Parts: sequence; C-alpha cells; structure tokens
Amino acid sequence: MLRAIFASLLLLTGFTSVQAAIDPTTLLAGVKKKYDLVNNYSAVAQLKTNVLFIKAPVSLVTIYYRKPDQLKIKNQKGVSFVPKGTVNINLNNVLGLQNFEAIDAGSASIDGINCQIVKVFPINDAEEITRATLYIDPERLVVLRSLISTRENGTYEIQMRYGAYTNWGLPDKVVVEFNTRDFKLPKGTTLDYDNGSTKNNSPKGPQKGKVEILYKSYLINKGVTDAQLQ
Amino acid sequence: MFASILYIELFKIFRRPRTYIAFGAIALIVLLVQFALRVNGTEFIHFFTDSQADTFEIPEQQILNGYFVCVAILHLILIHVPLLVALIAGDMIAGEAQTGTLRMLAAQPTSRTTLLLAKFSASTVYVILLLLWMALFALFGSLLLFGQEDLVVFRETDLHIISQHDVLWRFIGAFIYAALALTMIASMALFLSVYAENALGPIVATVCIVIVFTIIQQLKVPVFEQTINPWSFTTHMLGWKGFFYVEKNAEGVTIDGSIENPMALLKSGIILVGYTLFFVSLSVIGYRKKDILC
Repeated sequence: MLRAIFASLLLLTGFTSVQAAIDPTTLLAGVKKKYDLVNNYSAVAQLKTNVLFIKAPVSLVTIYYRKPDQLKIKNQKGVSFVPKGTVNINLNNVLGLQNFEAIDAGSASIDGINCQIVKVFPINDAEEITRATLYIDPERLVVLRSLISTRENGTYEIQMRYGAYTNWGLPDKVVVEFNTRDFKLPKGTTLDYDNGSTKNNSPKGPQKGKVEILYKSYLINKGVTDAQLQ
Repeated sequence: MFASILYIELFKIFRRPRTYIAFGAIALIVLLVQFALRVNGTEFIHFFTDSQADTFEIPEQQILNGYFVCVAILHLILIHVPLLVALIAGDMIAGEAQTGTLRMLAAQPTSRTTLLLAKFSASTVYVILLLLWMALFALFGSLLLFGQEDLVVFRETDLHIISQHDVLWRFIGAFIYAALALTMIASMALFLSVYAENALGPIVATVCIVIVFTIIQQLKVPVFEQTINPWSFTTHMLGWKGFFYVEKNAEGVTIDGSIENPMALLKSGIILVGYTLFFVSLSVIGYRKKDILC
C-alpha cells in the first residue's frame, strides 16, 4: 500500500515538474522580449574589485550600453581594473544568438526563487561564447545567474539581483566571478620593501576573482553616443 | 655657539659649486623621466600590466598620473642619492684635513663634539634641502604635468590602488622616511671622513658600501636573506615604499589611511636611527681622539 502511495506521489511530482517547466526556447524568447525593451542605457554604479593580488578602493563607474552588444565601463572617479568578461553582464551576448541549441537542465533555487536552468550552445563556431548556462526566474522572466564560457576570456559566473528596474530586465546588483592569472613581475624590477607580508600572502596557481557592481541609477533609452562607447 | 658653527658649515657647503651639481642632477633626472613618461608612459605601464592584459581592461591613461610618476621617479632616484649625500658628508672632516684647515677649525673656542655635531647637522640640512628640491620637481612638477588620480603601486606579486585623497600624507611620510635613510648615509660618510686624510676616500668608500649591500640585498639568496639582509641598512632604506603599501578588508577594498604592517616600518625606522646614532657616536669618539698635529 505504502509503495503504491509513494509511486503515485513520485509520478505526480514528476508530472507537475514536467508541466511547470517551460520549453527552453520559449522561455529564452520571453526573456529576450523583456531585454529588448532596452535599446540603450547609461548607468552610474559602484564597482568593488576582489582579486587576491589587487588592493583597490571602491570606484565610481558609468556603464554605457547600446543594443545589440556594445557595453563600456568607464571610471567616473578612481582607477579600477575591470575584467574584460564584464561585457557579458549584457545578456544580449547570449540572448542575441541567432543559431543555437537550448536544453532544459532542470531547476534550482536561488535566494528562495525557483529558477529554470537552460543551457545554451551556439551552433556557429565563430561565436565568442562557447556555451552558457542561464538560471531564469520564469515568473519575472529575468536571469538570476549565468555561467558563460568564452573563447578568449575564460569562464565567467554572473549573479544578478533585481529591484526597481525588474520590468526592464536590468539588475540592481551584479557579481561577476572569473578566473585570474598569477600576477608576477621579474625579481628586482620593483625593488620592494620587505615588510614581511608578501611571503605569506603571495598567490599560488589560478585564483578566482570577483567584481561587484552596485547600480545607483539608470538612464534608459535616452541615447548613448559612439564617443561614450569608445 | 653651535648655531654659529652650523651657519658657517652651511655657508661652506653652499659656497662650493659641486653642492649644486646634486641639485642640478636631480632636476635633470626628474625632467628626463617626466619627459620619457609623457612620451612613452603607456609602454612603461604595459611592462607592469602585461600579464593581466588578457583578463582586465587596463586604464593606462588614468594610471599614468602625477602621483604614479612621482613614485616612479623616487624609485629611480632614491637608490642613487646616497652618492650625492656622500659627496658632501664624506668631505666634512677629510676635506678639512686635505686642505690643511682642520687644525685651524679645532682652534675655535668650542669642543670637538660640538664641532662634529654641527658638521653632522649641516649634512642633515643638506639632505633635507635635497629632498625638498626633489619633492618640488618630482611631486609638484608631476602633478602639474600629469594631473591627479588614484595611485597604483606595483609590487612583484601584487598591486595596490590608493584613493587620491589618501595619497598626499603618504608622500610626506615617504619623504620624511627618505630623509631619515639619507641622514644615516650622511652619518656613515662622516664617520669614514673622520678617519681619512683625503676627501675622495670616504666618498668612494661610502658609495662602495652602499653598492655592496644593495647587491647582497638584491641577490635574494637565503644565506644573506637570513643573516645580513634583516640588519642591512639598504633593506631598511627602502622603507619609504612602505607608506604606499596598503591593507584591504575582507571584501578586497583598500582601507583608507592604512599601512601594511606598520610595525615593520617602525622597526626599520628604529634600525636606521640606531645606525645613525652609532656612526655619529663613533665619529665623535674618533674625532675627539684624532691627532690633528701631524
């Protein structure tokens, strides 16, 4: 009797999840439709860099975006080392793909929100992106997490949190995780003062770096010039 | 009495044309470095950032600012300034002996200790003026030519970015520390000068000692790193750079006003003061016992 109940429950759960899962291509189209509302934006944001070999203050940046995939982060105040892969915070790099395979990869919970996982594989070999995994909130039609592997710049994990600009598909906070290479200059070039700290903290092997972007304000569809994107 | 002897010694230093060679050389080197960085500064920054060019967008134009140029100049110059200091301090007693004025000097109605301390003080004033001159050209000149921005400091294994509002006091600290280090060199040259009859000897000897210890330090061989380097004055002379090494919090953000391992900086400062007192004391003892009649 118990076996029968358990089997029925399993079947029911499976059936429900099959019912809840939206076709990945349809889901991506829904997300794209939302992102397509934004033709361009300029945003003021705070940028925090957390890389083992970099000690940097919080810097103020302006982010310029223009459809389909032009994105530029410029320092408004302060010097900051922006990872090249942050261009992938603009999801049009993935959503704008014309020729791709999308596979449903199940579901996962992010901050209590049930997300559908979609894996995207470009068919064209010339694409900069080799594959992407998107964690999509099917209710709000926004991407909460993405893992993007690129041909030139390695793999980036991007987490996004939404607030005031959810209707435009624009996040309030973005955290980009990426692989870093060792930073090492030839011995004797910098004639460092030995204060006893470098021996213990020197990074060894590949490390993960993190960049956090906290958006303060957006100016949406007000135009972005070529000069701003230079 | 001390003040009047000091005044006379300063007068003697600044009457000599060779004193101004040091000021001229510093001005020339600073201008040359500024010109070179103005023309090829981007290439200079590439050298430091090349390994990261694939991962990060390198903001070369912002890195190349007045503060960065000043640190680059200090890095290039301060290692050679001991030579310029030795030129003056090494001549203090030996120069008098060579020209035959040492006996006349000792005939003044003051103790030999006062006389020697006045000579040491005059050397210190020279060091400070040299550094002020350097600050004028290297810091203010570079700020004028390259503007202000956050300061990026490159080390062998990491890089530090310091907010521009947190930079100026670090330069003041670095210049004061450099004055301490160069005063130590002046005291060593003065000490050697006491035991020489020819001005060239202590000047060359001072420069040679600095070169030998710099090479030992740069060899980075464990046998020297564990024995000589912790006590070598050349190790601690680089302490001025310590003002540009900052701490970061758990999120990787630099902490304003912080210095990485300030106790190490303090220890280096104490060691340099210790060396200075040691050489000045030996100089006083040597000069008091010096036979000036033969």
